[in-house]
Amino acid sequence: MNQRSSNLLDEALGLDQVIEPWPLRGRVVAIEDQVETSGSFVLHHLLKRSLSPNSSNVTIFIAFSQPFSHYDRILRKLGCNLVSQRDNSRFFFFDMLKLQCPDGDEGITPEGGFIALYGKIHKTISALPEISWKNVSIIIDDLSLMEVAANGSSDYVLDFLHYCRTLTSEFDCSLITLNHEDIYSSEDRPTFFIQMEYIADILIKAEPLATGLATDVHGQLTVSNKGRNKVSNFHFKVKENVVECFYPGRS
Amino acid sequence: MAAAKTRTSTFSRNLSTASPSHGPGLKCGPNGTVFLSSGIPDLDKILGGGFPLGSLVMVMEDAEAPHHMLLLRNFMAQGLVLGQHLLYSSPARDPRGFLGTLPSPAASKDDKPRERDPDQEKGLRIAWQYKKYFGENQLDGQRGSLSLVYSLFILLAGPLCEHGADGKHEYSNEFDLRKPLERHFINGPRIDCVSIQDCPDLSTLRDRCATFLSQFPRNDGSISCAGRIAIQSFCAPQCAYSNMEWDMLSFIRSLKSMVRSSNSVAIITFPPSLLSPSFCKRWQHMADTLLSVKAIQDEDKELAQLLTGYQDMVGFLNVHKVARINTQVPVILEATTFSIKLQKRRYLVLECLNQAPVDGSSGTSYGTSGGCSSSSKTGNLDF
Repeated sequence: MNQRSSNLLDEALGLDQVIEPWPLRGRVVAIEDQVETSGSFVLHHLLKRSLSPNSSNVTIFIAFSQPFSHYDRILRKLGCNLVSQRDNSRFFFFDMLKLQCPDGDEGITPEGGFIALYGKIHKTISALPEISWKNVSIIIDDLSLMEVAANGSSDYVLDFLHYCRTLTSEFDCSLITLNHEDIYSSEDRPTFFIQMEYIADILIKAEPLATGLATDVHGQLTVSNKGRNKVSNFHFKVKENVVECFYPGRS
Repeated sequence: MAAAKTRTSTFSRNLSTASPSHGPGLKCGPNGTVFLSSGIPDLDKILGGGFPLGSLVMVMEDAEAPHHMLLLRNFMAQGLVLGQHLLYSSPARDPRGFLGTLPSPAASKDDKPRERDPDQEKGLRIAWQYKKYFGENQLDGQRGSLSLVYSLFILLAGPLCEHGADGKHEYSNEFDLRKPLERHFINGPRIDCVSIQDCPDLSTLRDRCATFLSQFPRNDGSISCAGRIAIQSFCAPQCAYSNMEWDMLSFIRSLKSMVRSSNSVAIITFPPSLLSPSFCKRWQHMADTLLSVKAIQDEDKELAQLLTGYQDMVGFLNVHKVARINTQVPVILEATTFSIKLQKRRYLVLECLNQAPVDGSSGTSYGTSGGCSSSSKTGNLDF
């Protein structure tokens, strides 16, 4: 049952057939959620898949929202030990909880801010053996907090994302980001948000059901895969050890 | 009462036996979290135990009523009674004066506000809604037929009551809102007060919070002491920084990251109407636990008809988000709106909303008139 149910999300992402080579390589994946329904479980799921024992993926995790212990506990329940993966140099965790670029301008100076962060990412990838460059995933949790760290200068965040995107073409690695859709829905022209949706190859939206929250169905996911020109929609229920996905009405 | 049910599995670890010893006012929760009490036993139950250490709680104020103060007062008083440290900040010129309004714990067990006699409470929960249709003596006759339902209630409610009672004397208190907290609690050195009215920017408050939180670093041993931070009306217009929206956000972010790595809980209350909609959403995303309070309009006839016990209510509490630390599973409550009641004008009580039975003489069926009118007229309440 578990096998089948978790496959709906994997299927939509193209993760169901082969895990090696990493199907998301060279892709930008944008996850969007709302206050009522958190989309962080998709991040956890992708992290788990990319660190699965029968692949040689490397993950760089840039955390703006939670400390390492939080992810460690969650992934442990999903059957993946982040500490040992970190020791094996398959998992790199950048704790950015306290990163602050007080004035946007300081982000430009090479010492602090996002440029330094990008430098760190680039260095980490370059230090890896060439064979695993293709299998690197960069995960950012989450973009709205990055904007806060830049004190509202979304342009710096966008620049950073574009730099990261060049990595996807330079090294063929993948970029996975989380953002909150409802923040931008009231803005006139949410440039940042629109641009992010534009550069994304795969867009995953987590929304609450129109009828409200229920214990059996935690919300719905819409996965738009631009490459395959396919949109899939299904309901999900988040559990400690697995995310159950099913078509509406089949919970 | 059903709202207190958080575990869905019938098998649950016995947390009380496995837990390492903690200081007063702390108890172990799931996923390696430790709870401290909100000062309102009902709210603790609703949230599954209390506020987890390291979490940021945000309360959206009602722009016209001070109901958030009820939550703040109990939260602060609970900390002081248990000997926990407190940092309080408000836009008032003299925040320390507010400490004089904190409530005192209810005197003794005899004075317990709620009679735990199940005959009084659980049994009548059902009959209660229909009370107005019976005379007092008739009601006694009806009780027999309800006994089946009643025993079901005991079955369901039994484990919950036990959970709250086993040796948790030191965890939380009932507070008597009409009795001020004794002076020796208020004058202690453990209290730090900051006025945010005159601060031109937030660096002072940030430094004060940082110094305060450095007293409770997180290490994996047992926790001897916890801290509480209460920030009232954070974006109030009398604060000089109130139009610096990004600065406020980055303060909240840095406070959150500091609180995460310490044994403390921070509460921020804010009037959402003063923020632009997109910033309001950003603030809500920041919160681990998100609550909102709302006052009841005076003499709202429609609501009075719709809800039982309307005359005791002072407002509504909405639970939008429950903290999810170390877990990805969302907490889905059976009800998210609760009525805030002042029992005997002294004790703060939260209850699920009970829909009053529709008057039989009106001729329409229960389903059509009751169900539809409730959803259309009071759009923001869910039952």
